[in-house]
Amino acid sequence: MNWQAFWLTIRLAVLVAAILVVIGMPVAYWLTYSRWRSKFLVEAMVALPIVLPPTVLGFYVLMALGPHSPLGRWWQGVTGHTLAFTFTGLVIGSILYSLPFAVQPFTTSFSAVDRRLLAASATLGASSWRTFLRVILPQSVPGVIAGIALSFAHTMGEFGVVLMVGGNIPGVTRTVSIDIYDQVEALNYRAANQTALVLLGIAFAVLCAVYGLNRKAWVVGPWR
Amino acid sequence: MAIARGVQLSAQFRKQYPGFSLEAVFQVGSGITILFGPSGAGKTTILDCIAGLATPDSGVIQVGGSALFDGSRAINLPPQQRRVGYVFQDLALFPHLTVEENVRYGLAGLPPEFRNLRSQGILERFRIPHLCDRRPGAISGGERQRVALARALVTDPCVLLLDEPLAAIDGATKSKIVEDLRAWNQSHRIPILYVTHSRDEVFALGERVLVIENGRVAAEGTPHDVMSAPRQETVAQLAGFENILAATVVAAHEDRGTMTCRIDGSSVELETPLVRADAGTRLKVGIRAGDILLSSVQPVGLSARNLIPGKVVSLIVRDVIVEITVDCGVEMVAHLTLAARHSLQLLPGSTVWLVIKTHSCRLMAQ
Repeated sequence: MNWQAFWLTIRLAVLVAAILVVIGMPVAYWLTYSRWRSKFLVEAMVALPIVLPPTVLGFYVLMALGPHSPLGRWWQGVTGHTLAFTFTGLVIGSILYSLPFAVQPFTTSFSAVDRRLLAASATLGASSWRTFLRVILPQSVPGVIAGIALSFAHTMGEFGVVLMVGGNIPGVTRTVSIDIYDQVEALNYRAANQTALVLLGIAFAVLCAVYGLNRKAWVVGPWR
Repeated sequence: MAIARGVQLSAQFRKQYPGFSLEAVFQVGSGITILFGPSGAGKTTILDCIAGLATPDSGVIQVGGSALFDGSRAINLPPQQRRVGYVFQDLALFPHLTVEENVRYGLAGLPPEFRNLRSQGILERFRIPHLCDRRPGAISGGERQRVALARALVTDPCVLLLDEPLAAIDGATKSKIVEDLRAWNQSHRIPILYVTHSRDEVFALGERVLVIENGRVAAEGTPHDVMSAPRQETVAQLAGFENILAATVVAAHEDRGTMTCRIDGSSVELETPLVRADAGTRLKVGIRAGDILLSSVQPVGLSARNLIPGKVVSLIVRDVIVEITVDCGVEMVAHLTLAARHSLQLLPGSTVWLVIKTHSCRLMAQ
């Protein structure tokens, strides 16, 4: 078991899931309540990583982060090195890759909140922000947890994007799924199996948590 | 902020939907005013426009002289700034908050000591302090109504909107809640708009009624004015007249204060109250199904002036009421209890006499 790769992957997945809460909630809020007619365009864009081959996504992220793109040049100007083949580059690629796995459960749970509760909150003088914190968010806890868990699990298992954007640098960009690939290439099936089993266990545990929680909607909550 | 007392709510606005247009024009003072009308008449939309949850296309909505909405001056206060209390049809209590947290929700801007004082005061006023720590899902329907009222009133609104809030609870519980609401309004004196489609609630609650039909105020006045002497047929239908029959005046008997009218398409003559109409005038007669008595033999020695023989066409059991259709040259509907049907042994084809008092016949212009 390659512990270096394992902890690197956990670090990546936790960071990505955390950032996706911050990015995904406003996107989901906007998708739920916007009356803009063409919002399906944004919905389609958010959902792209579900159907796109990870190599395609990874290729474009690599191009965008590389020294020939404005973003890559700016980053290089500020930090002195390129984004591609770094842990930061990996985080950016993973955020895009896992975005729908956070945004979709968030959106589903936000839209399930009874609109009359929001109207009641407004007539009681609460701002949109307070309504979000006191009504929408508490009612969406299972969906929010599902979104966090799914984006965590999805990031844990990514391969194509990591390979394209990060390469295979031990301790920097070598994640468990890449490690499994390496072990198999080296005909080291025993080690590959060990790591694969751990990933399988984690994925199963996360999904159990998601589906278990969604059935009993009020098991976890920020209130008493 | 100045607290308005004894304020007036005046509304004059339009809103156009595909296939439906709302044109509300009315003024109400403090106290309970009933908005009465069938579902789909636009009652809830009127409330939503006042609360700021829907935006009129044009017009003015004012409370105590200050505009909540004014199309021509581009004023449209958001719901948060309107100080309009709104109790929704399904109450919309926050299910994840306790009763006390629900009631305090609208007091966020106040210092904590003051918040406590206010919420305790209103909880006591509506007799629910013992429910403080319970969730809305764990209390009874009547208690939920009280919580919803307390939550809306604790913010000290300038207007209170109630959208059929008491439709689902029994009469005794309802009248206690209404008493508490009236007691509260003795000291606050704000306009309360109470939406209902129940005729009984109109008589039980209202000092004043606005009849809403097809997005317009069709009639207004005291419940007695609006409901007992309907001049427009649509109002009569709303007021529970199951029988509305076209008729022609045969003769007026001014000495007796009655008229004889023949129901069109039959030879049935009815004695009705006298109105200003000459022989030959065509009008409509409305008779409530519950005002018709039935007899299985020809009755004698009754004060009622209209005894009409007929044959039972059908009997339909609705809950505890039997709706019976009788053909007496024209079909009429009467209501009787299950027990009454049993003792009269009525079946389709049975001969019956309909007994109708003169003053159970309401006349309307055609």
